[in-house]
Amino acid sequence: MRLILERFFHNALALLAVITILFFMFRLMPGSPLAAFINENLNADQQQAMLEQFGLDRPLWQQYFIYLGNLARGEFGLSFFQRRPVTTILLEVLPNSLILTLSSLIVAYIFGVLAGAWLAWKRGSWVERAAVPAVLATRAAPEFWIGMVLLALLSFNVGWFPSGGASSPGLAYSNNWERIFSLDYLHHLALPVLTLALYLQGLPLLLMRSNMLEVMHEEFVTMARMKGFSEWRIVLHHAARNALLPVVTAFALGVGLSMGGNVVVETVFSWPGIGRMLVQAVSVHDYPLAQGAFLMIAMVLALMNFVADLLYMVLDPRVSHGRAG
Amino acid sequence: MAERAESALPAAPASSFWPVLRRMAAMPLRDPFAFTGLVIYLFFVLVALFADQLATTDPMEILFTKAGKVAANTAPGAEFWLGTTNLGRDIYAQLVHGTRSALAVGLSAAVIVATVGTVVGLVSGYFGGAADAILMRIADMALSLPFLPFVIVLTGFLGASTSNIVLAVALLLWPNSARVIRSQVLTLRERAYVEAARVTGASASRILFVHIAPNILPLSFVYAAIAIGWAIITEASVSFLGFGDPDNVSWGMMLQDAFASQALSRGQYAWFVPPGICIILVVVAGFFISRGYEEVFMPRLRGR
Repeated sequence: MRLILERFFHNALALLAVITILFFMFRLMPGSPLAAFINENLNADQQQAMLEQFGLDRPLWQQYFIYLGNLARGEFGLSFFQRRPVTTILLEVLPNSLILTLSSLIVAYIFGVLAGAWLAWKRGSWVERAAVPAVLATRAAPEFWIGMVLLALLSFNVGWFPSGGASSPGLAYSNNWERIFSLDYLHHLALPVLTLALYLQGLPLLLMRSNMLEVMHEEFVTMARMKGFSEWRIVLHHAARNALLPVVTAFALGVGLSMGGNVVVETVFSWPGIGRMLVQAVSVHDYPLAQGAFLMIAMVLALMNFVADLLYMVLDPRVSHGRAG
Repeated sequence: MAERAESALPAAPASSFWPVLRRMAAMPLRDPFAFTGLVIYLFFVLVALFADQLATTDPMEILFTKAGKVAANTAPGAEFWLGTTNLGRDIYAQLVHGTRSALAVGLSAAVIVATVGTVVGLVSGYFGGAADAILMRIADMALSLPFLPFVIVLTGFLGASTSNIVLAVALLLWPNSARVIRSQVLTLRERAYVEAARVTGASASRILFVHIAPNILPLSFVYAAIAIGWAIITEASVSFLGFGDPDNVSWGMMLQDAFASQALSRGQYAWFVPPGICIILVVVAGFFISRGYEEVFMPRLRGR
């Protein structure tokens, strides 16, 4: 329990540091010191409201604590160009990003784990010798480039998938959930998911492979072999189970990391997610929206780092023993 | 097998840079992966050096056909090996000249990351105490920033220039190398030969630079090789998103240009496939080389 709290504070402090860096970064920006929250696009009433809400006429250190208080209440200010609260805009696009990230990670990890275990089993064969560099190459490819190639081949060339967006124009749904569970949405989701999954499968695959190779030499596997179990049973029941532990932790970390990396894939496929929102906000200098989107990504990252820490402790008892002693 | 064991770090700690450098230079000859990586690096360095001879047309020049029209979207052929862009620019020339900017970005980021990471790792690991605590907290902070979003925000606000991208990449990548080097220094510090040097009255700087630094050189090299790839991918991604230097011919800018001018729907594969392949080759070369050094010099770190 003490350890869990320790990890919690560690990650919370890191997040606070990110928030602090962001606070100063957006105040060192070109333009007036008010530029982080006020812009001529907002009308006089809105400008006054922002001035008061963020205490922009007060000393910097007071502004910092007002800013923290506003964040804690989920207040990120008003978007310059949409003239709506940033929080509302972000909550609209967040589900799209989460769905994209989670479905691609799930596809990538299922494939990666199975293929990794299989490659470990095939150790020394030509398949393994050819597969490892090929997998490294997928990890070396820029995500957006994989997306571009798939888009050209599968969308523009053979027309199997739509070229962008999250739903076809002209379709109306009674609520957001109905839209998300529609076939049309899945159809739009498929190509971005395939792109991300192709990029992400390398890590679980290589991890699983090397873990399997290590585990296969452990005594309990030899024991199972001596008991005369079939090779498949040994691979699945004895080796894979233990080799899987670090992969589970990597999955949690992957959610946080790929939320940030999604920025490019969302842009390639015009996927209305938080990463594309960030890119658009930065390019039109919509500071409050950019700040909010960045913080949202940073929060997911911090949360998933914490989850990974917890999983690590739960799944690998040696860690907590080592730390406590 | 015996050779490998002998060259592994824990077995034979070196007390000077030369034997380590000699072993590092010999490594690619023994590891086929690292050898391939080195050949790829060499190839791109040569292309970058002789770019003007390899591609004589200006990559940004708008070319015209004999009939006097803009040579837009030409198919690959004898005159333009990879065809031309929608504005009539030679794609092959862009690809060749893009090598220069890729290597410039990659190498400068690698030098900064390796230098900062090594110095911080040495100081932090050897002296410990307050310096260690502060440096490692800064490293934690840098690691909890989302990578690409941070680079975008920084270049978006500081201005779209290649040096800002390198700066942002270096800011985020040094902690990884610093942490690993620090832990390596921690174990080296307790070794008998370092203890012996200390007892005979060697100064801290002598112990650090003569007895410890040579042994972590291969690690610095591993992180430099990885940083080259990361920096090139990041520069490409940032350029693709439209925050790159618009006057700089780079692989990322080519991809952005191709994407924005609908080369995908026209099926101009010769425009957007080659830059991607070049990026993959350079990054994979980094993976191969770092893998080779890890296997030879730090067998315990293998497998990640």
